[in-house]
Amino acid sequence: MKADPRGVLTGSHYLDGDHACCEGALTAGCRFIAGYPITPSTEVVERFARRAPLIEGALFIQMEDELAASIAIQGAVWAGKKAMTVTSGPGFSLMMEHIGLAAMTETPCLFVDVQRGGPSTGLPTLPGQADMMQARWGSHGDYEIIALSPNSPQEAFNLTIDAFNLSEQYRVPVMFMMDESVGHMMERVVIPPADQIEITPRRYTKLPPGKYLPFKPEPDLVPDMFKAGDGYRLHVTGLTHDFRGYPDMSADIQEQLVHRLVDKIRVNAPKIWRYEETSVEDADVVIVTYGITSRLAIDALNIAREKGIKVGMLRLIVVWPFPERRIRELAVQGKAMVVAEMNYGQMFYEVDRCAQGKVPVVLAGHGGGTVHRVEDIVERIMEAYRCRS
Amino acid sequence: MSVLNELEKASLSPSVGQTSPEKHPMDDFMRMDRMPHIWCSTCGIGVSVNCFAKALEKCKIPLDEVVVVSGIGCTGRVAGYVKVDSFHTTHGRAIPFATGMKLANPKLKVVVFSGDGDIIAIGGNHFLNAARRNIDMTVICINNFNYAMTGGQLASTTPEGSILTTSPFGSHEEPFNLPFLAESVGAVYVARWTSLHIYNQTNSMVEAMRKPGFTFIEILAPCPTIYERQQKFGDGLDRLRWYCDNSEIRNGANTRDVDIRLNAGVVVGKFVDKERPTYLESMNAHYKEKLGDRYKPYEG
Repeated sequence: MKADPRGVLTGSHYLDGDHACCEGALTAGCRFIAGYPITPSTEVVERFARRAPLIEGALFIQMEDELAASIAIQGAVWAGKKAMTVTSGPGFSLMMEHIGLAAMTETPCLFVDVQRGGPSTGLPTLPGQADMMQARWGSHGDYEIIALSPNSPQEAFNLTIDAFNLSEQYRVPVMFMMDESVGHMMERVVIPPADQIEITPRRYTKLPPGKYLPFKPEPDLVPDMFKAGDGYRLHVTGLTHDFRGYPDMSADIQEQLVHRLVDKIRVNAPKIWRYEETSVEDADVVIVTYGITSRLAIDALNIAREKGIKVGMLRLIVVWPFPERRIRELAVQGKAMVVAEMNYGQMFYEVDRCAQGKVPVVLAGHGGGTVHRVEDIVERIMEAYRCRS
Repeated sequence: MSVLNELEKASLSPSVGQTSPEKHPMDDFMRMDRMPHIWCSTCGIGVSVNCFAKALEKCKIPLDEVVVVSGIGCTGRVAGYVKVDSFHTTHGRAIPFATGMKLANPKLKVVVFSGDGDIIAIGGNHFLNAARRNIDMTVICINNFNYAMTGGQLASTTPEGSILTTSPFGSHEEPFNLPFLAESVGAVYVARWTSLHIYNQTNSMVEAMRKPGFTFIEILAPCPTIYERQQKFGDGLDRLRWYCDNSEIRNGANTRDVDIRLNAGVVVGKFVDKERPTYLESMNAHYKEKLGDRYKPYEG
């Protein structure tokens, strides 16, 4: 279906990534944000708090902490809203239990993490990209999520819509992994007319009460949904549950449920993967990167090419599920890899795993606080190039 | 998919369209296909669920509009047994989940049913803030003075001197006085009863659910397997007999004076019943004033 024009600010704007993310959410149909202030993410909810009263059916509430924010959105979702919460590192840590709840109860919702330097309080006002593994593995138990990473305000707008759409399609919590640089960078953001924007509606069941089993999957491994107040009178629990939603403490039901929660993303991963390739075809070295770092990496690519080294770039747009197949293909083609990210190796491990020892994989990483120096990435490119057999 | 189909058959058969010549009066309200429940014999939680069913009947609220939200623990299991839309959330977070649900669809009648450890200790911050905001919900807190599901540990409600697995020499902490706490943070309705007071308890649930705003009922419930046994109070029935002899109904009592001491009598009753605009009422009035005709009252 098309976007509801009441939330769409069609036109050309000069926005930072945080504000663009807010506009993306409104465009996607998000009408409920529960937030808690934390730098550098607060601008997202500040804008929403100002916009919501003038958009019918939209509500912002500032909760008492991130635990509350991350579960209030789930209450809102089960009452029929599209909802998200917004945070940064320390708040993201507090939200982990509720990412698990959303995964277990298959509650579509968005967690925006505008990453700053960590660990702990770290660098509140400065960029980092060190929450990438936490986004994937931070809650206990086995589950899968989807994560996206924009590299510009325009993309913060576009991908927030995609993130909501994926969340509704697969009924998973989606992690929107921004960083302080993208969050606070101001650029032109073009918002198209509502009738040009595709929105994935919630997959509500068409079955009547009594015939509908709330956790029985459809052929794509995702069950259709109901909402409170529609007369289904059903149960939703974070305990291991059967098709009825009833708790069942058996290994069989655990296998049936958790295996499906994992498989619904793994099996559908080829449909979810999104990456952008630049000059990869003839490249001897490929930079794998994402978010703000990709904008430094492209400079490094050009400098290295001027030096006569054929360099390409693979920019992850969907970070999780990780595009394993593409990395394997590049490794088989003998392309050495440089992973450029603002941490001491997170997506690096995924790239290294998928390269399976066939090519050198070099980390161009640092602890955050500023974006990469282009020369550092160039150096790593030279290193990877030299190490090729 | 054959395994799935079999499970589907097994899943559908007991829950839907079951007809029995002898219909139990709770059939419409309870998920009978989930019986037997997990609660111990003479535990007070089931009593309150029964009272809740009666209260819903008296209120004449359509069950399709009722939502029960629970956290974790013995009382947290209530959501799994009541045949309404029900959500069994994380430990301590039933109230913020319920907040999101109520604000997203104000037509729902949202009831949080959970235990003292869940609502007051780990979820204490949410309790304070939901009461302060006057979110329109009824919170029924079953207080059994300990963490029962994990085997009987000290709680923030445990009377001083109580022997529990993590207070083996007796608790030396001051417990919360829940009615006092609830009143001080803004609850518009506060009552306390024991599992013995089934009519009063039911009536309070009716009043609380009819009243807009954050309404709070504390139920002192026997925990025969752990708390009563550890204090050598006998079983649940012995405890009810004790409550019969040692509880005093004092409606309108100053909540400051209703704290609970080990082996001392308890004060029960309706303590607070006052008017205050709910969160959405004050939000709508405020935005109308500030934004004028540009603002359409929020209705969900």
